[in-house]
Amino acid sequence: MEIFDFYRKDRWPHVFCPGCGNGTVMNCFYRAFNDLNLPLDRTAFVGGIGCSSRIPLYINSDALHTTHGRAIAFATGLKLAKPELKIVVFTGDGDLGAIGGNHFINGCRRNVDMTVICINNNIYGMTGGQASITTPHDYQSTTTPYGNKEYPFDLAEIAVTAGANYVARWTTRHVHELTRSMKMALQKKGFTFVEVVSQCPINFGRRNKMADPVQMLDWFKESSVRRDKTRTAAVDHVDLNLEGKITVGEFVDRNRECYEDLIGVEKHG
Amino acid sequence: MKITPGEYFLQGNEACVQGSLASGVKFFAGYPITPSTEIAEGLAHELKGADGVFLQMEDEIACISAVIGASWGGVKSMTATSGPGFSLMQEAIGYAAMSETPIMIVNVMRGGPSTGQPTRASQGDVMQTRYGSHGDYQVIAFAPASVQEMFDLTVEAFNYSEKYRVPAFLLSDAEVGHMRGLLSIPDRLKIIDRKEKGIKRPDEAYDVPDDLVRPFPVFGKGHKTMITGMTHTDSSRIEPEDSKIHQDLVKRLSEKILRNRKDINKWELMCPGSKTMVISYGSASLGAKEVAAGDDRIGLLRLKSLWPFPEEPVAEVARECDRILVSEMNLGMMYWEIKRVALENGCKKIELLSKIGGDPPTPSEFRHKLREMGAI
Repeated sequence: MEIFDFYRKDRWPHVFCPGCGNGTVMNCFYRAFNDLNLPLDRTAFVGGIGCSSRIPLYINSDALHTTHGRAIAFATGLKLAKPELKIVVFTGDGDLGAIGGNHFINGCRRNVDMTVICINNNIYGMTGGQASITTPHDYQSTTTPYGNKEYPFDLAEIAVTAGANYVARWTTRHVHELTRSMKMALQKKGFTFVEVVSQCPINFGRRNKMADPVQMLDWFKESSVRRDKTRTAAVDHVDLNLEGKITVGEFVDRNRECYEDLIGVEKHG
Repeated sequence: MKITPGEYFLQGNEACVQGSLASGVKFFAGYPITPSTEIAEGLAHELKGADGVFLQMEDEIACISAVIGASWGGVKSMTATSGPGFSLMQEAIGYAAMSETPIMIVNVMRGGPSTGQPTRASQGDVMQTRYGSHGDYQVIAFAPASVQEMFDLTVEAFNYSEKYRVPAFLLSDAEVGHMRGLLSIPDRLKIIDRKEKGIKRPDEAYDVPDDLVRPFPVFGKGHKTMITGMTHTDSSRIEPEDSKIHQDLVKRLSEKILRNRKDINKWELMCPGSKTMVISYGSASLGAKEVAAGDDRIGLLRLKSLWPFPEEPVAEVARECDRILVSEMNLGMMYWEIKRVALENGCKKIELLSKIGGDPPTPSEFRHKLREMGAI
């Protein structure tokens, strides 16, 4: 399938700013989906509210653009009502980790078959650059004019601890690894989670001396460290801060039985 | 177990479970809350055998979100809750109205505000049902007053939510939900299913009387359905800046309900033509029913549906009587709607018997108030 058949050309121009990482993620996702030859008409895309959550509306298939933070809950109902559908959720750090945090951890725990792709740009981009739950410590935003005094969530580690079947984190600088992890996530049954640390040059970079998207990609490259699989999560914890690193890699790959199999929903179809 | 046609002695909430199963519910997501919990417990037990899914979720916001998601999977889906949970659901109720998602919500009302009286009855959520979410929209709400109506109006709520693609509510309360009484399940029930896009039905009775309700494009059928809570065109193109598109959409969402008020509204009239009419609903009407049954000076208009507001029966009663007593278990909510319509129709004396705290007004309290009004 050509990329212009995968995305809805008639919905363009899209809402993303110049230099936004969403395009990179959309491109990687298209490649992963296309390489696997998955049927687009049997896949539903769900988003919450925010820039990343708009992606489902650009894909040429069924799309559910929901309320802020609740995409995983909507997707859970849709999947259990129509188990033959493949479900992909596009979400962001605010949508998933702040307002939707409860649904995120319980979604991982419940392990309903769906792939959740979180584009973590460390900021509320759509509303103009307010601090989010992943804004690094001491970074600037419109609501942290004296620097962010809170410490960020580690979304991938939360997903591991809460029980997701597959968890990976990459940045928009790691396009090959990201595409490979998206393929892994799409192929695996159960709740799979791919976090993509992405650039928002307009609302994050501009206030943090990285107005050029290339500066942000360089920042990702310099500060990324591969996850050491031999260390435990607690020891390996590295938060995003001024001197800190972004741990990237596959965090978990396991085969807990998914919820719809446990309750036998597929028999009912 | 889904029970067969016949006579049963059941609890109100249990009758709601049976009504849901009879309507063909296939998805329930709930969170434990008194006094609605028996509905979740009943469906947790029954849905598996009915090829359906029961899901207990992390909070009521997740419940209603999952219910909306399941509806887009093409199945009849519902939740049941009470005041605090109902408050949490409001944003998603607006989403369901905007996205025209058929869902059924049972609110077994308890005393509020806040945690209030978890085990006691109230009718304090009737205005929240109509106005709880932000923006302009219309919903459909029924108010049962007996075990039988917990069954019958559950079926109606499902039918009308499917027919008009709108959130529909069963506004019960702790009295009706927990009362036990006779339930008669008829051999045949009228069950309405949503008009699905791309499917021509032999039975055109499913069609709504005008073109305000669009066929439902269920997910997974190749429709490339796009559903959003943002202002959108008929082809789901997001147009939040276009005032004309917003006006057309939001007016249609209201009109599809208001224009079909006569199809939706249900009521019971006792002793029509009486000089004094009580207008009430749900458990607040039980005492008045006893009074009206034994005194031909007193009539009763019992509203079985509250939203869209049943203007026609209220107007008709107001044109023919001298005085109206409104009774409800809140400090006056439907009273103002009834008063508005009654004044417009020439009835000048409209009083309120309001009772909160959990006990429905008794027949003697009705008589006392009616005596004060000079009616008896």
